[in-house]
Amino acid sequence: MSGFISIFLISLVFFIIYQIAKASELAGILRGEEKTKAQTNRLMAWLLVAFFVLGVYGIWLCHDYLMDKMLPVSASDHGVQYDSMLYITLIVTGIVFFLTQALLFWFAFRYQYSEGRKATFLSHNNKLEVIWTTIPAIAMALLVIVGLRNWGRMTSEAPKDAMVVEVVGKQFNWIIRYPGKDGVLGKKDFRMTNDADNVLGQDWNDKNNHDDVVLQNGELHLIKGKPVKLIIGSRDVIHDVGLAHFRMKMDAVPGIITTMWFTPTITTNEMKEITGNPDFVYEISCDQMCGKGHYAMRGTVIVHTEAEFNAWMRMQQPYYAGDKGNETTEPAQPEQKTDSVNAITMK
Amino acid sequence: MSDVIIQGPNVAHTHSAHGEHHGHDHHEQHFITKWIFSQDHKIIAKQFLITGIIWAIIGALMSVFFRLQLGFPDETFPIMEKFLGEWAKGGKLSAEFYYALVTMHGTILVFFVLTAGLSGTFANLLIPLQVGARDMASPFMNMLSYWFFFLASIVMFISLFVQTGPASGGWTTYPPLSALKEASLGSGIGMDLWLISMALFVVSSLLGGLNYISTILNMRTQGMSMTRMPLTIWALLFTAVLGVLSFPVLLSGFVLLIFDRNFGTSFYLSEIFIAGKALPNIGGSAILYQHLFWFLGHPEVYIIMLPGMGMASEILSTHSRKPIFGYFAMIISLIGITVLAFLVWAHHMFVTGMSPFLGSIFVLLTLLIAVPSAVKVFNWLTTIWRGNIKFTVPMMFAIGFVSLFISGGLTGIFLGNSALDIHLHDTYFVVAHFHIVMGVSAFFGMFAGIYHWFPKMFGRFMNNTLGYIHFFLTFAGAYLIFWPMHYEGIAGMPRRYYDYTAWESFNQFESLNGFISIAAIIVFFAQLLFVVNFFVSIFRGRKCLVQNPWGSPSLEWTTPINPGHGNWPGEIPTVHRWPYDYKDDGHGNDFIPQTTPLKEGEEAH
Repeated sequence: MSGFISIFLISLVFFIIYQIAKASELAGILRGEEKTKAQTNRLMAWLLVAFFVLGVYGIWLCHDYLMDKMLPVSASDHGVQYDSMLYITLIVTGIVFFLTQALLFWFAFRYQYSEGRKATFLSHNNKLEVIWTTIPAIAMALLVIVGLRNWGRMTSEAPKDAMVVEVVGKQFNWIIRYPGKDGVLGKKDFRMTNDADNVLGQDWNDKNNHDDVVLQNGELHLIKGKPVKLIIGSRDVIHDVGLAHFRMKMDAVPGIITTMWFTPTITTNEMKEITGNPDFVYEISCDQMCGKGHYAMRGTVIVHTEAEFNAWMRMQQPYYAGDKGNETTEPAQPEQKTDSVNAITMK
Repeated sequence: MSDVIIQGPNVAHTHSAHGEHHGHDHHEQHFITKWIFSQDHKIIAKQFLITGIIWAIIGALMSVFFRLQLGFPDETFPIMEKFLGEWAKGGKLSAEFYYALVTMHGTILVFFVLTAGLSGTFANLLIPLQVGARDMASPFMNMLSYWFFFLASIVMFISLFVQTGPASGGWTTYPPLSALKEASLGSGIGMDLWLISMALFVVSSLLGGLNYISTILNMRTQGMSMTRMPLTIWALLFTAVLGVLSFPVLLSGFVLLIFDRNFGTSFYLSEIFIAGKALPNIGGSAILYQHLFWFLGHPEVYIIMLPGMGMASEILSTHSRKPIFGYFAMIISLIGITVLAFLVWAHHMFVTGMSPFLGSIFVLLTLLIAVPSAVKVFNWLTTIWRGNIKFTVPMMFAIGFVSLFISGGLTGIFLGNSALDIHLHDTYFVVAHFHIVMGVSAFFGMFAGIYHWFPKMFGRFMNNTLGYIHFFLTFAGAYLIFWPMHYEGIAGMPRRYYDYTAWESFNQFESLNGFISIAAIIVFFAQLLFVVNFFVSIFRGRKCLVQNPWGSPSLEWTTPINPGHGNWPGEIPTVHRWPYDYKDDGHGNDFIPQTTPLKEGEEAH
């Protein structure tokens, strides 16, 4: 009942607003339509100018407030090139933005209706058209060149000495696999997958699998200064490995393998100092809608120095249970449920 | 050509049905054939518009609900439970329904409002009126087009109420998420209904599009050569061409998805382990769907933008009392945009694992599309330069359209460049970009059109005071909502997240999200102001007493104030000049209608 009453009240309010607006129009007509029209026209011209001025001030305020939060410190060598390209594009588009918006609002104000003036009959000017076709074309060409150079670098073959790590997405967490001592990731067959003791569907007949290390807590451990090549896959639906601090992103698609590589340049501990945030952690966000737990599909990246990494790696045990049975799998890792939303502590 | 029209179906034998709400029908026509199963293009336009408005309210209300969740993740809102029941128990939106709302918001706004509601309204209203035809090439097909849209609407509306909820895989509904019932609640019956509804929608859009194209090509009145058509018609022509060529591809994608969902095929599915078991499907490609989807999905953006561009051109020119600058450049840039629109779809897929080489080609083609867009902006600016501008409500919206088109278009340069997209992809930067350019900007084109042609539709004016308030609230609100989102996006904040509080990198934006939500809610109520203005003005608006209230040379203003079925009571007018002759006619008017013959010695444009 209260719902109907509130809907009724809201409609009433809108109706009253309409009546007031209508009355104000009628009053305007009584005062003399032409005069009112001219007044409104002047008012609108001023309001547009005010809008522009306030808008520019708003942009400045917004920038002042959000600038520090905008682009996190880049933690990969790709990231540095990325940032400089972003700023170049920002400057180019920024100039065009302010120029065209200023012209738009200035023309609107400057050429507002006035009784005596006549609009200039001006239908075309081919020279102008050529000029403002060519200039954007050149600007775009430059941006394409910068972009494709960076794109080529980002998507190039990973260096031979790159560390290889597999990242597999599932609803709703990340599984990480290291190749172990032999440096080779063993073969997989998705039909062998089971959540109890073979989360990735590793083929145990392949000896290369026996020393592979599997982490089910979504922690990706990397070494500062050492290129890493991620072999990305998915068990169920499309996910996306999003690494904001490394300026990298790649879909995880079931049935195909995607890759990306980069070189971390700042360890997690160094980053804590740079950001002044003792809780700082690099995060892996899922950037492709993957179901109800999409927002909680969080992994972390821990960048070590080489010594730290080796020490950590020595602590890890191969996932392969061999004859020992299931119970020895990763004592440090909590058993993952199919639906891991609950596994991640949400506020 | 005109004789063809006079002999056309439904016109020669018609009992002239008059426009809406001006009750002086001389010939009796049954209520149902006149208002409901009407074949009059003007009535069909109003049907599209009103259905679109209803959908827009529903879609916008959805955004209010999920903005409440995003802005205030720790609060509860009992009012939501009233609307959503089980889905918002205790006033807290469930994650499943959050995703359903996001998905339906996108689907409704993109397809039902900004495609059907926009093209459906203005193509129907303006094409016959501005090219000088008595009706569409096939009024019957035109009627079917609306009713297929209506059916699609009904099915989509029903899907909101099924037990497992509506589709919830995002408006792009990528498989395998959308293909597997195990993957999400929304991939159950809700997804089937979504697909059926969209298939019906494609049918509607094809019936409409074919009609628009054939009407423009075949039914122009005498003297209305292609180069004398107003830019609205050019824009609507290319909109229809885009739709006719790309919607079938989308349909094929949907059909394959229906097969994968229900008949055990593996077009999109391969090597999947879900809900504790491995599926038998092998060899499909999830990326195939994305190609099929975006082959429509990208042209769709221009299907949404072009009508607004056309109407803004017309309105800027009319209310500046000055011809559109660079008429031919405008047409050529429309052609450029149309052709390129088909060649850039994969820029939505830079990070899907598509070959990087293919990616580079799409970078080149994508940034190329900035050139015709820039040409249009410069031409609009020069159109108002040295004009004599009357700031009517439609003019305000047209100016707002240009401003928003610039703002939203420029950020496209970031996203179209794959090296930058790699970080910005699927973040709030994308949300900001497309909402400004094809959301708000397209809406501004639509609003401008509604305020401008309202007198033609209903013989009355909308209230100006409310119109101005609506304009400023929406204009400022749009920037307040979407401008800060760019910053969130550059920080890498992913879109389609239900809650950011657990994320070290993104929870810093919590207060900003609250701010955005408040702005969004205010803008929502500002739109209700428009809705009230629209519906009340139909019945009680100030009457339009003159035939040509804006002083526009184009043909629609040569019809009676409330044109009947057939549009012109006598002969169809003959056209002698282009539609932008804003010059002294020698009788104190500052424009010369298209129907006035050239004076002796006067040069045609």
